[in-house]
Amino acid sequence: MAEVIWGLATSHVPSIGAAMDRGKTEDPNWKALFDGYAPARAWLAEHRPDVAIVVYNDHANGIDLDFVPTFGLGTAEEYEVADEGFGRRPVPDVVGHPELALHLVESLVDEEFDLTVFQELEVDHGFTVPLSVWTPDPGDAWPCPVIPLLVNVIQYPQPTAARCYALGRALGRAIRSYPGDLTVGVLGTGGMSHQLAGARAGFINPEFDARWMSAIETDPASLAALSREELIRQAGAEGIELIMWLVMRGALDDEVVKVHSDYFVPASNTAAGIALFQNGAG
Amino acid sequence: MSETAPDRFGLSGTPIFDGETSRRGLRMNKLFMSLRTAENRERFLADEAGYCQGFGLSPEQQQAVLARDWQAMIDLGGSIFYVYKLAMMDGRSMQYLGGVFTGMGEDDFLAAMRAGGRRDG
Repeated sequence: MAEVIWGLATSHVPSIGAAMDRGKTEDPNWKALFDGYAPARAWLAEHRPDVAIVVYNDHANGIDLDFVPTFGLGTAEEYEVADEGFGRRPVPDVVGHPELALHLVESLVDEEFDLTVFQELEVDHGFTVPLSVWTPDPGDAWPCPVIPLLVNVIQYPQPTAARCYALGRALGRAIRSYPGDLTVGVLGTGGMSHQLAGARAGFINPEFDARWMSAIETDPASLAALSREELIRQAGAEGIELIMWLVMRGALDDEVVKVHSDYFVPASNTAAGIALFQNGAG
Repeated sequence: MSETAPDRFGLSGTPIFDGETSRRGLRMNKLFMSLRTAENRERFLADEAGYCQGFGLSPEQQQAVLARDWQAMIDLGGSIFYVYKLAMMDGRSMQYLGGVFTGMGEDDFLAAMRAGGRRDG
């Protein structure tokens, strides 16, 4: 059987990737963010999984508004890094894992999560920045094959937090039922509090973010109970993307061990968070 | 009938990109998406009005794009992630847009973010 060995939650702000790509990680405006990643990166370098699953959303690069799948999963052998309009990031293309991905689709559809299947997909910063947070210097290839799991967080109605958590629980069961012997890391991306448009642009809510950071470890069900309205009120219009952390958390056991977490404001217009959990009671 | 987005949830200053907004903004958002490629950016810059007409924008949307009226683009159905493609082409940052949407200007907006972000109330 396959086994989830860790879960990593991280913001996916494009400027985090840009700061790395342009050698600005020691810049005074960025240094504390990257220093905050170091303990997680060191631990992850010692715990390389056979496959990773990145729960993320696209930002007008791999898909447009012709189709708005609520949930999607990539079954391709390879995912090209998208050119978002300013040249593609200088990071490797992504090798997929079609065998596990097809198993996940079948298991999840059997559990009545009717995912859209992507056989071709360009991945954008929502996907590559979390990989860079994990592995700052990938060289020619990322540490392992990666499967994209897409969530619509851009167009209302987004899936509910409860549905995302339930999807994560089903994802965990699907991984554990895979006949092959694999270790898996799951990344939940996005957040934390932020709002990009409107007179409330620039909104940050450190109290809510602290509550979220604590509960994602010990009481994720309380976060899954939050309504879309409450999430947008508390975390900002774009902060609702925190629901993708719940997919990751659901795939882990009830008991997890926190390896590291950190919080930084601002990454561009966003509160950036990172939280790394070893799966199981340790 | 106004093309302004409904005030879903009654959250002041918080545009919600919902299905109705997306329906109104679809042609304009498709134009923004097309600006990912250098070839399309060149075509757009050579004839912005013609490019807008080719994508079927409404006259109000075309006017907003030509005038770089960022707030109007949001009001007329633009998604911030799509509108940002045009801003990037112009060399504008998300902090610049934040300065526009809040009326603070880019410098004050950036300073507010570096001071920990803006709060309600």
